[in-house]
Amino acid sequence: MPESFARWLANAGISAGFRTLFYKEVLRFWKVSFQTLAAPILNALLFLLIFSHVLDRHVTVYGDIAYTTFLVPGLVMMSLLQNAFANSSSSLIQSKITGNIIFVLLPPLSYRSFYAAYTLAAVLRGLFVGLGVWLVALPLVDLPLAQPIWILAFAVLGGALLATFGILAGIWADKFDQLGAFQNFLIMPLTMLSGVFYSIHSLPPLWQQISRANPFFFMIDGFRHGFFGQSDVSPWLSLGVVSACFAMFAILTLALLARGYKLRG
Amino acid sequence: MPVPAIRIDAVTKSYGSFMALAGIDLEIAQGEFFGLLGPNGAGKTTLISTLAGLTRPTSGKLFVMGCDVVGDYREARRRLGVVPQELVFDPFFTVREMLRIQSGYFGIRGNDDWIDEILARLDLAAKADTNMRVLSGGMKRRVLVAQALVHRPPVIVLDEPTAGVDVELRQGLWHFVKKLNADGHTIVLTTHYLEEAETLCGRIAMLKAGQIVALDSTANLLKRFSRRALRLRLARPELALARGGVANDAGWVEFGFESATEIEPLLAGLRLAGAGLEDIQLGEPDLEQVFVGVMNA
Repeated sequence: MPESFARWLANAGISAGFRTLFYKEVLRFWKVSFQTLAAPILNALLFLLIFSHVLDRHVTVYGDIAYTTFLVPGLVMMSLLQNAFANSSSSLIQSKITGNIIFVLLPPLSYRSFYAAYTLAAVLRGLFVGLGVWLVALPLVDLPLAQPIWILAFAVLGGALLATFGILAGIWADKFDQLGAFQNFLIMPLTMLSGVFYSIHSLPPLWQQISRANPFFFMIDGFRHGFFGQSDVSPWLSLGVVSACFAMFAILTLALLARGYKLRG
Repeated sequence: MPVPAIRIDAVTKSYGSFMALAGIDLEIAQGEFFGLLGPNGAGKTTLISTLAGLTRPTSGKLFVMGCDVVGDYREARRRLGVVPQELVFDPFFTVREMLRIQSGYFGIRGNDDWIDEILARLDLAAKADTNMRVLSGGMKRRVLVAQALVHRPPVIVLDEPTAGVDVELRQGLWHFVKKLNADGHTIVLTTHYLEEAETLCGRIAMLKAGQIVALDSTANLLKRFSRRALRLRLARPELALARGGVANDAGWVEFGFESATEIEPLLAGLRLAGAGLEDIQLGEPDLEQVFVGVMNA
């Protein structure tokens, strides 16, 4: 699969350096797909089975939507975001620690190609995992697809935001435990408190306000809107917040890459 | 006049108050086999990293085949192949995948003919489809050389390529590198094996504390800094020590000399004193003496 995709990029006239780095990054996660694709899909499936068994008969959301049905888009998006982050950040930290980052620093690759290749490969992994979670959930729930364009928009934009965040973390971290701290103390809590498992309307007013400061909430809420045609806030507001966050982090990451921050001494 | 393979103009590199490179000026002509020597921490790897764009100079300019390594980095990097000192590899890929990927980074597609040739020349053909993880250290070193060559760079920098490498591979590697040099590639070598540098390099720069402290042809350096040695084994070595000889661990007394005319009067004096000559050796100058002399100067 990765080779045919690389060929497609070549035919589209995309630069060879970018194409190769993108291909390498895709091949990297593809070669260990049991760990990078199958494991997160299984994790999400376990969440789904446990929560649906415990809560499905007791909770409905947005009026009459069964809890499990409500949960699936959140799980899909959570898996997508976490894996987009994991891909770019782990690839970079591994390359830095083992020293093989030199293989991408010696060739004439521009920092834009570097950024684009790492981001797109991470988005692709996120999309694969998200699609996988959706597919394994299909037999368990009757999931509507009210406005698929929102699903696609938030999947790609959210994935790109977390991939960018992963590049930042991968560049900044010097050790695996620093990256682990990023993942465990920032990404995981923000994801868990973003409305994956609940609608923020079920929260007390103060927590509703706090949730609105969490960009993950907007990614998941907007994504969910694509399935149900309803959400906690307007999808346009979510799109604006997520786009602004992505633009901000992309500019910051590109600026750091242009300076060679922590990559070129 | 052809453009120099490498030109380095007043390059400095500082890390806070530490000056890793304290004003380097150097020009290496196309086709040279050039040695860059110095003790650990002298700045050799920093200089190479700066040339390769891995490190940015604090001031000064560097050019590879006339291309500025900062301002025109794409063209400069296309003309430079670097074999890094560390034994680094990507554990996800096979040797061939790695070389194809490296070719792609340089914008080269369909490079398999050249990749096959490099693999054959480096005796790696049988390992082409082996994952990098399971290769021996020597094999990984060869793959690093292959990676540096995939884009056919006219200038090749080898940073300690034979560190920790067995004799057979070392000889094979030098045979290959000499062939590359004979084909017109400029070679820049850093090594701690001074006999290698002496045998291979036409010109040598010695670095100390971020500065070039000696720069000349290997022959001139040997002439200028090194003296030939006369070694004598004597029945009464104390008589030779009194005439300025230096005893070595092997029981010889050593005299340095620049001209053969110095030998006859010395031997005559020792004979008259009754030193009792038992054996005699002549030692040719070597780069190690030059290196020690320059570094201690």
